[in-house]
Amino acid sequence: MTILVIAEHDNKELKPVTLNTLAAAQAIGGDVHLLVAGAGCQAVADAAAQVSNVSKVLLADNDAYEHQLAENISKLVISIAASYSHILASATTTGKNFLPRVAALLDVNQISDILSVEAEDTFKRPVYAGNAIATVKSSDTTKVITVRGTAFDPVDGSGGTAEIEMLSESCNSGLSSFVSEELAKSDRPELTAASVVISGGRGMGNGDNFELLNKVADKLGAAVGASRAAVDAGFVPNDMQVGQTGKMVAPELYIAVGISGAIQHLAGMKDSKIIVAINKDEEAPIFQVADYGLVADLFDAVPELESKL
Amino acid sequence: MKVLVAVKRVIDYNVKVRVKADNSDVDLANVKMALNPFCEIAIEEAVRLKEAGTADEIVVVSIGNKSCEEQIRTALALGADRGIRVDVDENPDSLSVAKLLAKIAEKEAPGMVILGKQAIDSDNNQTGQMLAALLDRPQGTFASEVTVDGDTVNVTREVDGGLQTVNLAMPAVVTTDLRLNEPRYASLPNIMKAKRKPLEVLTTDELGVSVASNLQLLRVDPPSERQAGIKVSSVDELVEKLRNDAKVI
Repeated sequence: MTILVIAEHDNKELKPVTLNTLAAAQAIGGDVHLLVAGAGCQAVADAAAQVSNVSKVLLADNDAYEHQLAENISKLVISIAASYSHILASATTTGKNFLPRVAALLDVNQISDILSVEAEDTFKRPVYAGNAIATVKSSDTTKVITVRGTAFDPVDGSGGTAEIEMLSESCNSGLSSFVSEELAKSDRPELTAASVVISGGRGMGNGDNFELLNKVADKLGAAVGASRAAVDAGFVPNDMQVGQTGKMVAPELYIAVGISGAIQHLAGMKDSKIIVAINKDEEAPIFQVADYGLVADLFDAVPELESKL
Repeated sequence: MKVLVAVKRVIDYNVKVRVKADNSDVDLANVKMALNPFCEIAIEEAVRLKEAGTADEIVVVSIGNKSCEEQIRTALALGADRGIRVDVDENPDSLSVAKLLAKIAEKEAPGMVILGKQAIDSDNNQTGQMLAALLDRPQGTFASEVTVDGDTVNVTREVDGGLQTVNLAMPAVVTTDLRLNEPRYASLPNIMKAKRKPLEVLTTDELGVSVASNLQLLRVDPPSERQAGIKVSSVDELVEKLRNDAKVI
């Protein structure tokens, strides 16, 4: 049994989430090969070869793969798929983009966003925005799987000595091309990758008041999020939304400020390790999931919190 | 250009989901059902393309039993021109849905297929991508902006950390993300008009697709409940707990 994992990277660095996905591969068991597909990405392959449980790195270095276009990457994966029992990618916007194409071309279903490996063909995955956990068994010949990184502890990124094999085939569909990219230039970490997240809700009153949260975030190295209520009220843009219809986060520390705790919000953050709620309404449902609740006016408590960090 | 929009009937997003006592599935008896929110955005985008003169016909398709005609009618009230329901008893898996949609796309030959990026029940986020692969066409997933330019379409995608714009040869498959648009509400006259719009029913046999699945749902469990913690009385106490007990700051 040999498992193929597709590496997440930006042509310069191997993204840490790859190590979480490799942990899922390790839990399935067997030999693990890591595919690095990109352009000018030798450094990524070199880093991949150091990862502890990888027995072989496949390097496909070609302009067609520079921007991880789903049409091209899926064709590349298909060209080598026959050797593998399982094909895994991270459940990031990149993995979610190309892997279902791989599944369809192999005539199998994809098992999305797994949380655990129960057996080599049986996995747990969240449904209904995490309000239920399904255990599914696949009898497909190849198991095609995306992995929720936060559900697996990363494997060791060093100590390995895998060989690097070059894949020379160029798979270019000619149907799609990259135009531009606009990555948020923020000194703060990305919401889904941050170890601390501080979010504001309708209680913030307006968008300017999010500056209070920004100050705390700067001290904690945190990302700033928002509830759907705050987004709908026009306080902040939608890409800050944490919840069922926004981003799923699972940081070490989640601070909910002026958030009542609607189901839709809880679905996006309840896997956080420690949850703090600051709200003046002591009946707010958010307190039912909070490890530490502070019933207080956020306009007093948040500046005080910032001053004491 | 013809636009094909695929929609799904799902549990209303405001309803709290409960797992059945025998852990066989979630309990959907007597719960409010609605159009999947991402599918609503897909319809809105198609209607806007038609209003802009880019699209001339919108066909909406849903796969399910007779009850999902309610969601097709909603789509027709929002501005779709005609509906297709593929009759199945149980919810087929994503691959089967993609195969059924591929057959309909071959028949209808749309310039664009728009779907929600995921359904809020099964949360798979894969049908649109699978459909694009089966049709051997390009895809613009998690779209926040769609601009048709002659024979191609520029799709701006919501990716981790920002936005990416790709240019796709048409026909293309687009899946919607939240920021693409704000869906309108159907007006009463349009709801009345929708009742008279054509709605065709097809069977899986007619489309030549088997909906048998290799995926077996073994059980469904509620997520582990979080225990409510403690109330702290001051910011000082909070900082002290986070530092010394939780050790997260």
